[in-house]
Amino acid sequence: MATFSTSPVIASGDSHPATSPTLDIRAIVRRHGSVAAVDHVSFQVRRGEFFSILGPSGAGKTSVLRILAGFEEPDDGDVLIDGCSMLGVPPNRRPVNLVFQSYALFPHLTVCENVAFGLKMRRVAAALIDEQVRQVLAMVKLTGKEARKPAQLSGGEQQRVALARALVNKPAVVLLDEPLAALDQQLRQAMQVELKSIQEQAGLTCVCVTHHQEEAMMMSDRIAVMHQGRMWQVGTPREVYENPRTLFVSRFLGVSNELPGRLADAEGDAYFFQPADSELPGFPVPFHLDGSVGRPATWSLRPEHLRISRDRPITEDPVLPGVVEKVFFAGSETKYLIRVGRESRWEARATGARSSTFAPGDPVFLHWALDAGRVFVE
Amino acid sequence: MKRRSAGLNAVSVAAMLFLYGPILVLVLYSFNAAHLSMTWRGATLKWYGALLQDEALLAATWNSLLIALVSTVGATALGGLLALGMEQMPHRRQQILEGGLVLPLVIPEVMMGVALMLLFVMLRMPLGLTTVILGHIAFNIPLVTIMIRTRLRKLDPMLREAAADLGADAWQVFRYVTLPLLRPAIWGAVLVAFTVSLDDFLVTFFTAGPGATTLPLKVYSMIKSGVTPEINALSALLLVVSMIGVAGSLYLQRREV
Amino acid sequence: MPSEESSRASAAAQASCRPFWLALPGLLWMTLFFLVPLLLVLAISFASRGTYGGILWEFTWANYLDLLHPLYGKILGQSLWYATLTTAICFVVGFPLAYVIARSPARWQPLWLLLVMLPFWTNFLVRTYAWMIILRQDGLANHLLLALGLISEPLELLYTPAAVVIGLVYGYLPFMVLPLYVAVERLDPALVEAAWDLYASRWAVWTRVVVPLTMPGIVGGCILVFIPSIGSFITPDLLGGARSMMIGNLIQHEYLVVRDWPLGSAVSFVLMAIVMAAVVLYYRQAGGADGSSEGR
Repeated sequence: MATFSTSPVIASGDSHPATSPTLDIRAIVRRHGSVAAVDHVSFQVRRGEFFSILGPSGAGKTSVLRILAGFEEPDDGDVLIDGCSMLGVPPNRRPVNLVFQSYALFPHLTVCENVAFGLKMRRVAAALIDEQVRQVLAMVKLTGKEARKPAQLSGGEQQRVALARALVNKPAVVLLDEPLAALDQQLRQAMQVELKSIQEQAGLTCVCVTHHQEEAMMMSDRIAVMHQGRMWQVGTPREVYENPRTLFVSRFLGVSNELPGRLADAEGDAYFFQPADSELPGFPVPFHLDGSVGRPATWSLRPEHLRISRDRPITEDPVLPGVVEKVFFAGSETKYLIRVGRESRWEARATGARSSTFAPGDPVFLHWALDAGRVFVE
Repeated sequence: MKRRSAGLNAVSVAAMLFLYGPILVLVLYSFNAAHLSMTWRGATLKWYGALLQDEALLAATWNSLLIALVSTVGATALGGLLALGMEQMPHRRQQILEGGLVLPLVIPEVMMGVALMLLFVMLRMPLGLTTVILGHIAFNIPLVTIMIRTRLRKLDPMLREAAADLGADAWQVFRYVTLPLLRPAIWGAVLVAFTVSLDDFLVTFFTAGPGATTLPLKVYSMIKSGVTPEINALSALLLVVSMIGVAGSLYLQRREV
Repeated sequence: MPSEESSRASAAAQASCRPFWLALPGLLWMTLFFLVPLLLVLAISFASRGTYGGILWEFTWANYLDLLHPLYGKILGQSLWYATLTTAICFVVGFPLAYVIARSPARWQPLWLLLVMLPFWTNFLVRTYAWMIILRQDGLANHLLLALGLISEPLELLYTPAAVVIGLVYGYLPFMVLPLYVAVERLDPALVEAAWDLYASRWAVWTRVVVPLTMPGIVGGCILVFIPSIGSFITPDLLGGARSMMIGNLIQHEYLVVRDWPLGSAVSFVLMAIVMAAVVLYYRQAGGADGSSEGR
């Protein structure tokens, strides 16, 4: 479902109000000087849920995480964990544990001592510590590396130690700060799968901060998109990807093929979008909000919804002409950069046998299902 | 590239010879059997043996070690605490204190010597071991503080946050994370302070009284009163001791963990 | 539970004033045994000398005016000259050394630097004494020169200005090499190659690229050598003799021999002023360089 709202989400619409949330963030504000790094952010995380805060660098997501961990206090708002306010509670007394982006493994301690650190601080009996450390190291597949120092481990192994060091304390919420950012592409993908399976297996409640949209979508139950200190949309990966509320969310979550223009008057049941580029004809769109007709707007379509053909297709769906500018062969799929009108450039994708059909300079026709496109009114 | 390097290399080799030549000459001649002559008359250890017979020299050694030990312990404690305290102060205040701590390191030592002497005379404190130790602690505190601060600033602040996140209170963070990571720097500072105290001449010269003769003072008076072969042996010993001390300190500071 | 609450509250209160208490003993010590003595010297430099070497607390500029006497002026000028010459020689010897070290394989660099620094950490008195063995009338240098037939009778090497400058260069060369090494190490070798590629002669590569880009290190090294040289005491005392006195020797002379403390204090403060000027210069240029590299 589409809305045309451009205002940020103030309170998230939780679809399961019956279960009380493990984590309840209520309109927190954090100012650095006159700038609000975190501006009235609210969200709730249920037990066993993997919740990601996604946004570009400087969006304020790390500040949110540091407020949850207790390294920063919010200037306003409240943080509740299992119903208890965490305001004024120092980091060492909070039932949360953070997996640092840099891992922050203690270089002078072995793997075993690093993982045991939290239990030791809480003066758990030595025998119990041994047992729990052994279990959690088995879970992250580090058995046999107990006596090594962090410097003797690979990046992926260090990441697992950081994870184990947090998990062993059985925190109410595990906080992950760009957990996989320091790993190379292949390791990163393998760890995404593994982290997700550990989370499901152990029933962990996780809040993960990342700027990597694919990572967030693959691992999360729900995603919150953050930008300029505010939370713009909260929902399942599919919701935020397919029904972005704002142009920013649309662009940040994937490729957005766009046309600037305005929403024209309705003719019958259909509403028309008139591109600003006079070379292009208007085409029907399914959406409308009162008062938005005639206002400047941007129309957007995901590349996987875009179909290309050499001849004008016989269809009721919208059709636009274009010219293939560049062809990128990427193995499993071929990407086409297509010029539409005077200056818009769209991306289209083709897989399999159709891949080699078009060459740069070919005139093509672009079409899509009427309800796949989306309009964002400014 | 190669041809140009040749000229530079020649100057570098000459510079290294210049740095080590005199030291080698001194060590070599401490084994020369000849009395007061540059002519080589075979190797001997008799001058080293003579050192062991010299009662005054042994007393000076004892004084030097005592002063170095006490002033190192005092300066490490005071300077270490100062470094830890400074670390938690507002940035501006840290800069001011840092500037102040550099002052004792740059002002001419002779000036620090006379200033301390004036103070002790004005306070009517008899010059002796005590006054020397007070002065040595004063010039060692900035050294210790700066060395420990260097390490403190290199510490990843995330490590302390990680410890707090894992349930450590302020004392536990210090005890289990900060202190172990500082340990190499602390031992490095101890070695440097000990070496500097052992080697100091000027501050000692102005603040020592009768009965507080240290090794450098003894060496100075031996040099001034006429060259004897024992000085060569004593000098060689002092060189070796301070080289070992400093190499050890550098090794500790360089170690990652 | 309430006890735990209150202990936590007091811990928080403690945390806020902890830096002060941690720093206090060290700061007190430095105040009492460094700052106060310095102020004492400053105060005495404006007092006058009593009949038996004591101090009369009457404000006077007389001690500073006394320093205008040609005898003191000569020592002052001599000190400045020795220190400047030492700095220049250190630069000429130190730059090639620093350059070679910075361009040697990375794993050898720490060892080279250690070798440069090691003599500095050994006993200064002893190192200066080593030069007495070499330079004295029947010392190694004269022996060698005679053996080579370059001279027919021993030269007067010790107790000359040249001996003082050699001793100072020997003592403070490491201070020149370290900052220069840092500057050269930061200099991208590709810049040198680029200049070469763009038709610069070897000399032009040095004067137009290497020297301008390593200027912070050059200035830093020169000041670091100049400061201890101008304030040295041991080197001129052992190697220089009466004719090559420097400011440090004058201070010691006034205090311990003449026992004119006010005059000695005035000399001390002139020396301190020279040193502080050099320090300010050093921080001004180092501050600029650091600011750009650290971006704080």
